[in-house]
Formats: sequence, structure tokens, C-alpha cells
Amino acid sequence: MSVIKNISPVGAGQEIKRLVLMMTHKSHTDHLGSALSISDILAALYFKVLKINPKNHLDPKRDRFILSKGHGASALYATLALRGFYPLKELERYRINKGRFHGHPCHEAAPGIEVSTGSLGHGLSIGAGIALALKQKNNPARVYVLLGDGECQEGSIWEAAMFCVSNKLNSVIPIIDVNGWQGFGSTQNIHPGNLAKRWRGFGWQVLTCDGHDVTALIKTLNQARRATKATVVLAKTISGKGAPLIEDQLRAHYYILKEDEYTETIKSYEK
Amino acid sequence: MRNDFVKQILVSMEQDPSIVFLTGDLGYNALELIAKRFPKRFYNIGIAEQNMIGIAAGLALSGHKVITYSIASFITMRCYEQIRNDICYHNLDVKIIGTGGGFNYSHNGVTHHTVEDLAIMSALPKMKVVCPSYSWEAVEATKAIIADSGPAYLRLGKSPGIDYQKTNWKFKLGQGYIIKPGKDLTLFLTGNITDIAFNVAEIIEKKTGLSMAIVSLTSVKPIDRKLIIQRAKISKGIFTLEEHGLIGGLGSAVSSVLSEAGIGTRFKSFGLKDEFVKLVGTREYLCEAAGIGPIQIANEIIKIIKNAH
Repeated sequence: MSVIKNISPVGAGQEIKRLVLMMTHKSHTDHLGSALSISDILAALYFKVLKINPKNHLDPKRDRFILSKGHGASALYATLALRGFYPLKELERYRINKGRFHGHPCHEAAPGIEVSTGSLGHGLSIGAGIALALKQKNNPARVYVLLGDGECQEGSIWEAAMFCVSNKLNSVIPIIDVNGWQGFGSTQNIHPGNLAKRWRGFGWQVLTCDGHDVTALIKTLNQARRATKATVVLAKTISGKGAPLIEDQLRAHYYILKEDEYTETIKSYEK
Repeated sequence: MRNDFVKQILVSMEQDPSIVFLTGDLGYNALELIAKRFPKRFYNIGIAEQNMIGIAAGLALSGHKVITYSIASFITMRCYEQIRNDICYHNLDVKIIGTGGGFNYSHNGVTHHTVEDLAIMSALPKMKVVCPSYSWEAVEATKAIIADSGPAYLRLGKSPGIDYQKTNWKFKLGQGYIIKPGKDLTLFLTGNITDIAFNVAEIIEKKTGLSMAIVSLTSVKPIDRKLIIQRAKISKGIFTLEEHGLIGGLGSAVSSVLSEAGIGTRFKSFGLKDEFVKLVGTREYLCEAAGIGPIQIANEIIKIIKNAH
């Protein structure tokens, strides 16, 4: 796995996707759709927006990031490696025997993983708790929490949403990866409705952007950082983005690319 | 075992129009046929386990028999209070189906390992806890909990691909099944861990000449007290094996039967220590790493038997 020096946020998005494809292929495991769906969001965060230092990953003033939709873990592992938290070679230890990385993040697996997740609907409450502690210490750090649109069906998300607004916790910034798919169907089929309206109804300011336009993401995520009221970012994404065979399909969550399909897909990243 | 369960559900839903099936967004490549055949009795509640159990309670209070379905860790732990208060307290006809019990979600990590479910489900009044080991038990256990009118938890794992039942067997909740005869020692197990159990028996027989019976206690609650006591009286040692923590699972249940019956026997339970298994790997790798690999268990049993002489 080669390293690209001085990578741009846009370039990072592509490189994260390439690494995700390699990791899921090598381990022959699922969840490719979600990992590709969030790759550009992670690129914007880790290569521009987040105030972090891989050399001082426990700096109290650092921004925090929580991957509440833990099944996108391979993209987080790739991002952290690319950002210098650990060597890229470590990515070879994803979901294999004696490996380092599970299919969902474990906070002990590597520096930079703030919270263990994997069961949906936990991240925003944890983020709210961290934001509350930061507020008490007048610490200006921000807590970005990445959620799925399907994940917003968990009641705990809305319990946390109420808490953040009631306590004026504008330092916790939920980002919703709106790819329109969940485990057993399309999100709009299972619970039709307007997600933005739901968040507004809970008292949030809603910002929206293209979740694969890294420049737009940076602008929107920074706007959310400066906001003076609770602000959520809805990022419209495509499940399986960058792997045309599975893009925007239910099977993107489960499908494992066959050898020839993988070879064909990865080619476009190696031009 | 998931496929065995689905096949039986299709039959049961055909026979009993009161059955409603709810899933917590799980079922890709598994539940499509149920959804298609019974569109008015199948609901994907979404990623909302607490809501699903509450809805199940409401349906059951209105005369339905309700099947709820999700990953074992989520459907037991995320909505435990709803299961306790809404289902068990009201003694409702709701079945909780957990898939991938034990380490079956292996390298998905700790959030997906379900190794406390037998303990917490057994602790609930009215709840029956059933944990099949192979296909026949999965089908029969599904039939049995549907025939029953109270709450039940069914933990599904992977089928070993072998069926152990004898032609004259009839399945009954609360009954154990001798899936391998043996006159010297007895190993009780629950759930999809027959692969390890048969390896253990083989190693012990090769190394010591002692034959070990393997008994599947599909039903952890109620448990087959009679069979446990009977085996303890004729065996040189009683052992239990489960892909579950040592606290509150099969081992605890069997040892409680033995001690209450005043039976002094060599006994050891094999399961997971009181810690999270954070290693990354397949189910087989995790079992080995957690100390319940066949060689480790066989060696411990041999040591216990030798020390007794």
C-alpha cells in the first residue's frame, strides 16, 4: 500500500476509497457500501476540518470524531492511517485472524479511534456527553458525530437531539450520511419522510450538502463549527460510491466483489 | 439454522393467521419469502429495537402471536427493559429471535458478540430460553415456542451441517438430547458448539480410552433436571460447554441442578471468562483464543480426571 505525500482532501477521498476496496477485498468481508459512502466525508474532516494532531492524539484541545455508524469502520481505519496515526501497512490486519481491526471500531485498536461503536444509535449521546464536559471546561473543541440516515430510526438519537438543544450544545455536530439505504430496504420505503424537517422539528439548524463534494463538505462542516445554535449536516451520499457495480443498491451493504470485479473496480483508482 | 427457522416460520404462518412477524431491519437473503408471502403480517420496524418490542407487546395484547427478529446482541440487550416489562410482566405471546448468538458475528467485534444473552434472558420470569445446536433442534424448537403461548427467546447460530436426532425422538421444551452416547463422562452443551464438543470427545477417547457422552440441552430454561441428575449418577465427571460467559449460562444452570440435588461429582463448566474478547478473527479463532478450543478443553478434562485418581 503506497503513500501519497501532501495529499489534498479531494485526493484523500479517492485514496480512502481505494484503501477500503483493498481491505474489504483482502479480508473478503462486507460493509463496502457504507465505507465508500462516508469516505469523502472523512476526507473533508480529517484532511481539513478537524483540529487534530496524530503525534499528540490525546491533546485535550483536539476535535473529537465519533463514527456512530460503526459498520463504515474500514473507511475510518484507512483515513487514520493515511493521516499518519499509524502505518498504512497496519490496514492489512483488517478482519483477519490475529488482526488489529474489527468490522466495527474498537477504541483500543489504534490511536485516533475515540469511541467503540457497532450498535447503532449510541454515538450522538456519547458526543453530547463529551460536548457537555468540554463546555464545562470552556474548551472550544468540537465533536463531530457521523450517523446513518437509517440509524436515525433509533429513539436514542432523538433523546440526544433534545438534550443538545436543551443544553445549547452547539459544539456537537451530527453529520448524517444520507445514502438512502439500510440493512433490509430503502430508508424512504421503511420510514418515508423528510429528515431535515424532523431535525428542524427538534430545534436544530439544518445544513445540507453533497456528501461526495469534498470542497462543499469542508465549507459546510466549517459553517457548522461556527454556528451559534445546534446544527446538523445532512450529507447526501451514494452507498458504494466509487464501486459502480454496487452503487446505490441494497446489496452494497453485503456484497463482496468477485476477483475480476475487484480488479476492474480498482483499476479506475490506479490511473 | 436461520434457514431452518425461516422454513418452519413459513409453515407456521400458513397454519396460524394470528402470527405477525416483525424484524429490526435484519433479513437480507433470509426473510424475503416471508415478506412476500405474508405482506400484511410482516413488518420491517426499522432500526428501532425498543420500538419493535413495544409494538410486539401491543399486537400480542390484541390477540396476535408475534415473532420478533434481529441480531442476538441487539434484540436482547438494546430493549431489555421492554422485554422485561412489556413482554414478560404481561406474560405475552411474543418470541424473541436472536441470530448469530455467541461469536458467530466474529470479526464484527465486541458489539456483535452475544455471550451474555442466556444469562439475562434466563433471569426474566416467564421467559423460556432455547438454544438449538443443529437443524432438527432449530426446526423443532421453533415449532415448540410457537405452540407455546408465552414469551420465549430463541438463539440461532450456524448449523454444523450434521443432524444428530434419532428417528424416535420427539422434541419437548425442557428436554435434553443425547447426541453422542458415552459411558464414562458427560459433556452438556447448548447452541452451535457441537463441532468443538465432538473434537473434545475424540481427543479424550484417544488419549485416555474414556468415552464421553455429549448431551444437547437445547432448552436452557426450563432445563432437563432429570437428565442432568441421571447422567451425574452414572458419569465419572460432568462438564458443560457453551459459547457464552461462565456467569449465568448453561454451566451455572447445570451446577445449580447438581448442587440442589446434593450430588457430589467432578464438575467443570467451559465458557468465556469475565472479560470482553477484543481479539480479531473468525469464530473458531476467537473460541481458541478465549480458552474454549477443543485441545484446551480436552486437556483440562483429562487433568481433572487424572487428579481424581
